[in-house]
Amino acid sequence: MNVNAISEIVSGFFIIVGTIFSLLSAFGLIRLPDIYTRSHAATKSVTLGVLCTLFGTFLYFWMTDGFISIRLLLGIFFVFLTAPVAGHLICRAAYRTNVPLTKESVQDDLKEVLKKGN
Amino acid sequence: MKKIKSNDVMLQTMTRLLAFVILAFSVYIFFAGHNNPGGGFIGGLMTASAFLLMYLVFDMKSMKKVIPFNFTSIIAVGLLIAIGTGVSTMLLGYPFLTHFFEYIPTPFLGEVGLTTTLPFDLGVYLVVAGIALTIILTIAEDDK
Repeated sequence: MNVNAISEIVSGFFIIVGTIFSLLSAFGLIRLPDIYTRSHAATKSVTLGVLCTLFGTFLYFWMTDGFISIRLLLGIFFVFLTAPVAGHLICRAAYRTNVPLTKESVQDDLKEVLKKGN
Repeated sequence: MKKIKSNDVMLQTMTRLLAFVILAFSVYIFFAGHNNPGGGFIGGLMTASAFLLMYLVFDMKSMKKVIPFNFTSIIAVGLLIAIGTGVSTMLLGYPFLTHFFEYIPTPFLGEVGLTTTLPFDLGVYLVVAGIALTIILTIAEDDK
């Protein structure tokens, strides 16, 4: 096996793992009950899925063409930083506009903290 | 219900970090436009979006202190630069908007392909960034 075949296998593995994570997150968006658990599914696993896909692509172009794509590295950095913050902001906006939690939830600590703050 | 005091620590901290990344990438795209996808239009839009992110996160007053430019005059400057690249070649006896490309040895970067379309693209960049920011900020300030 030469370097090209190995790099294709490794980068293909990363891309497939990333795709599976994105698929799982899409299932989470359909199956989970309220916006907070959905945001949990949407931000975490999709971020990891996109990171894996971008890293697989980066590895492929590095190994086969010898081309180190700064743009892909910057994209990994950028998605890793922004996606969780976007999820945080959406959840916060939902909580502040009184979107209800799911019926199964047993505890709401933030409510008391916000009451105390006012 | 009382108004809840807002606390945007996470957004503000991330914006301080990410605005630099977006601005650097917009400059990279601006210079890559000759041989790769990119150029003045998309670079200008990306710069405008970085500024817009900062306007969104910090309030209008402090942003006016940080960026004390008048964006309408930036549009004029961009148009003047774009026309200037055309007129300057006319003065040398060539037709309007004739452009040149040359590999020129520079002290640190080696041979760099310099072209007169770069100042023209800079004009496009300034006009696009200025127009996008003018439109958005005019709409945003309307509610007072």
